[in-house]
Amino acid sequence: MNNILLTLKDLEASIENKTILKKLNLEVKENEIHVIMGPNGSGKSTLSKVLAGHPSYKINNGSIVFCTKNLLEMSPEERSHEGLFLAFQYPIEIPGVTNYDFLRIAYNEKRKYLKESELDPLEFMKLTEVLLKKLKIKSEFLNRNLNEGFSGGEKKRNEILQMLLLDPKLIILDEIDSGLDVDAIKIICEEINKNISKNSSLIVITHYPRILNYLKPTHVHIMIEGNIIKTGNMELVEILEKDGYQGIF
Amino acid sequence: MTDPQNQTNDPKKQMNFEINQVINQPYKYGFTTTIEKEIFPKGLNEQIVELLSEKKNEPDFLKSFRIKSYQKWLTMKCPDWANLNIKPIDFQEITYYSIPKQKKKLNSLNEVDPEIIKTFEKLGISLEEQKKLSNVAIDAVFDSVSIGTTYKEKLAKSGVIFCSISDAIQFYPELVKKFLGTVVSPIDNFFGALNSAIFTDGSFCYIPKNVTCPLELSTYFRINDKDSGQFERTLIIAEKNSQVNYLEGCTAPKYSENQLHAAIVELIAFENANIKYSTVQNWYSGDEEGIGGIYNFVTKRGVCIGKKATISWTQVETGSAITWKYPSCTLIGKESSGEFYSIALTNNYQQADTGTKMIHLGEKTTSKIISKGISCGFSKNSYRGLVKIGSNAHCSRNFSQCDSFLLGSSSLACTYPYLDIWNSSSIVEHEAKISKVSEEQLFYLTQRGISVEQAISLLINGFCKDVVNMLPMEFATEADKLLSLKLEGTVG
Repeated sequence: MNNILLTLKDLEASIENKTILKKLNLEVKENEIHVIMGPNGSGKSTLSKVLAGHPSYKINNGSIVFCTKNLLEMSPEERSHEGLFLAFQYPIEIPGVTNYDFLRIAYNEKRKYLKESELDPLEFMKLTEVLLKKLKIKSEFLNRNLNEGFSGGEKKRNEILQMLLLDPKLIILDEIDSGLDVDAIKIICEEINKNISKNSSLIVITHYPRILNYLKPTHVHIMIEGNIIKTGNMELVEILEKDGYQGIF
Repeated sequence: MTDPQNQTNDPKKQMNFEINQVINQPYKYGFTTTIEKEIFPKGLNEQIVELLSEKKNEPDFLKSFRIKSYQKWLTMKCPDWANLNIKPIDFQEITYYSIPKQKKKLNSLNEVDPEIIKTFEKLGISLEEQKKLSNVAIDAVFDSVSIGTTYKEKLAKSGVIFCSISDAIQFYPELVKKFLGTVVSPIDNFFGALNSAIFTDGSFCYIPKNVTCPLELSTYFRINDKDSGQFERTLIIAEKNSQVNYLEGCTAPKYSENQLHAAIVELIAFENANIKYSTVQNWYSGDEEGIGGIYNFVTKRGVCIGKKATISWTQVETGSAITWKYPSCTLIGKESSGEFYSIALTNNYQQADTGTKMIHLGEKTTSKIISKGISCGFSKNSYRGLVKIGSNAHCSRNFSQCDSFLLGSSSLACTYPYLDIWNSSSIVEHEAKISKVSEEQLFYLTQRGISVEQAISLLINGFCKDVVNMLPMEFATEADKLLSLKLEGTVG
């Protein structure tokens, strides 16, 4: 029996006094891939931001337990150090900060948190180069400012690069497939699949079933108006593709 | 079940709280040194000016320079055109001369009061030559007087003169007479005239023809006394084909009264000479309520007299309650060039009105201005710059870039570029940009395990990178540290 990684109980979250998530329940165990689908505005992205600790969202009720710890008591950086990773739908541009500096600081911060020694720039470079090759990214990519002027595909690849570096336990992919061509989706999913074998779990937020050709979900959730109204397996996706959300009800 | 509302009531508040904690880092250099000192009575009048000149045993030309400046100053008014709110300054409440008491003339650094040596050590500046950075010569100025200059002998071998301006007046009066006041005339402005009347000490550098100064020259200014103003004067002369790098650092103790600092720096570059002047200014800036802090009114100006001469100003301004400072270049020599790189950071109730003047008079002269202003808290940060292209400055060029960065919603950033162009074959470009730290940027970085504090410092360092890269190595590290220490503000 796999260990439980994440438990959401009756979670209610709001932004600017508007309730978005309503009594949401979800349990994710190690080695599982959960897909969350739903129409626009159903609260999928809100869920990912609430999990990562975005300061604009307020938790009105309920609880989140991550690796037996109370997630709601943790700052966003602690959540990250504990192994929660959010691959952003729209990674934001950070002018003036090179990708390399950013990656190294992020990586070493996690090592510090885990009381491991930091990597010096050379050691870190070696580590990164291996990953760059895997992801078919050129190394000059590191000298550019973080996400600044990156194409949609480059931004997403960079998210995956960060994911591999930080080696998280729970990965939330928020529309990772948007802005990616088929080849890129394939590479990225391959890397993700390799990660999964190491007891990591995934929450995949997506509009399009296309990505599910490469990731094999163990659970499929349909989210509507801030709540999961149906849970099933790949069959649910097939119904959805044929009949749309109307077919679910 | 516990009530989750208590745990994460308002994460935004939590983030602001964290940021606030960092803003309110105490000023590290705010300590006072107790020493025996010799001071003049408070206030300024002609007798005080004469007394000062006599005390320093100055030649007649200088005494009359001072008295003329003082008389002119009496007729002038404190400037009010800058975007600054300044409480009226009572010039009669200031002590114009305060020096550590010495029983006899010092022959070497070993004879300096150990308390003062300790003060500089606490500031990270060791005056013991052997322990120091091997490539920097330092002149340390404590209140009104230069405490000592290191590496004098080594410099003398290459013909470089680096000493306090008081020593220069004694030992090289002809050089001082020839150049003092030629770049900043004693009647140029209110604070300039005040300084010309009452300047107490400062540094003097002379780089002879064809000499590249073997060391970086550095002056460290420390205001210690509560009631005394600091009026220092720096004069740097670079003869034909010479080169020099000059660094300046400043700190002061924490007092609830405002202290006045009115300095003049004059740079003179002859044909093909190159002067690079860098400042890290960290005077006490007042507390979080805006009480106390240094009033920093500085006139810094350089003139490129010869062909292909270059003057480059780099400044990191993080301290002072009020900063009023426009390091300028007058480009006379053909193909001469001026540069100005600036980072001005204001927090709490600090006010800065700073920028540059690039006056193109010669043909094919070039200038470049990169200014980065960061405003946090309730501070006011203005860039004010003049680019003037004279009618004979054919084919001259200027490029200006003035960027502002706002942290929080209560601070102010202003840009006042003045362009005065009299020559149609010249090209002047101006770029300006204003940015703000967004919550989404902070969220992105914190999600990757970088704390808010570190994230802001990373963003600001990124914003300032172009300018920090212009600083000499030792200073760049110091500037980076200083910025990380002082940079954080509120995110609104």
